[in-house]
Amino acid sequence: MMFGAVTAAIFVAMGLTLVRAFAGPSLYDRILAGNSFGTKTVLLIGLMGFITGRPDFLDIALLYALINFASTIAILRFFSYRRSQEEAA
Amino acid sequence: MSGFSPLMSPVVLIDLALLTMLILVAVAMLRSRHLFAVVMLSGIYSLLSAAFFVSLDAVDVAFTEAAVGAGISTVLMLAGMLLTVRREKPKTPGRAPVALAVVLAMGAALFYATIDMPAFGDPQAPANNYVGQEYVERTASEIPMPNIVTAVLASYRGFDTMGETMVIFTAGVAVLLLLGLGSVRGGREVSDAKTKKRDD
Repeated sequence: MMFGAVTAAIFVAMGLTLVRAFAGPSLYDRILAGNSFGTKTVLLIGLMGFITGRPDFLDIALLYALINFASTIAILRFFSYRRSQEEAA
Repeated sequence: MSGFSPLMSPVVLIDLALLTMLILVAVAMLRSRHLFAVVMLSGIYSLLSAAFFVSLDAVDVAFTEAAVGAGISTVLMLAGMLLTVRREKPKTPGRAPVALAVVLAMGAALFYATIDMPAFGDPQAPANNYVGQEYVERTASEIPMPNIVTAVLASYRGFDTMGETMVIFTAGVAVLLLLGLGSVRGGREVSDAKTKKRDD
């Protein structure tokens, strides 16, 4: 029951993040929406592990957290790289 | 996994919610004219489908989807987008009734084809009747690995996986060499010097 409530809360949070990703006027709103959606996915996978009685899903959730972190850094680095290139040109 | 889950188990509800969000994101991607938003939404789409794959117990597929879909292809699409404009041109208002008819007919045919598919988890399905059963029975005694998929990939088909890894690694190295990304000698200047010499 508790896990069900938490899952419902996560889904509500995912919906709110989606609204920001759909509407978000600026670029950074969308990057932040993508990043926090990744965080929600990590939480959801962890929860699914506990709901189905296999807490070893937590390892997968940890790997997802790493990927999410690295890809956000990659996107942001990409923009700063482009900007420094444009300034040099 | 033993037994089938009842119709409205928590996992089914989670799957329904995930698939609903997938449809929402796909529609939003179609409607958006702002290319950066489309790129970020496609990353979100990959994360959602990765979560869906995890709930289907296809952990390795989910992991590939998260790494490639949400990670690498987002960066690749950003790179492509920054070479062009950031906004899609407004769509011409013409309709395409023939294309719509073809898509609807194709979709109907695919739905019709799913009727012939064996039921989910059916032990008599063709996919469960070949070597799959052997793997399930023998992995526990032959290979000390709890995950059967990992045992198949890394041990039964170990040489195959090693060859695949080598192919992908070679392709990656070749692409990096061709693009000259992060070259130690500063690729652009070296090539300029070479062309100057050729001119002399």
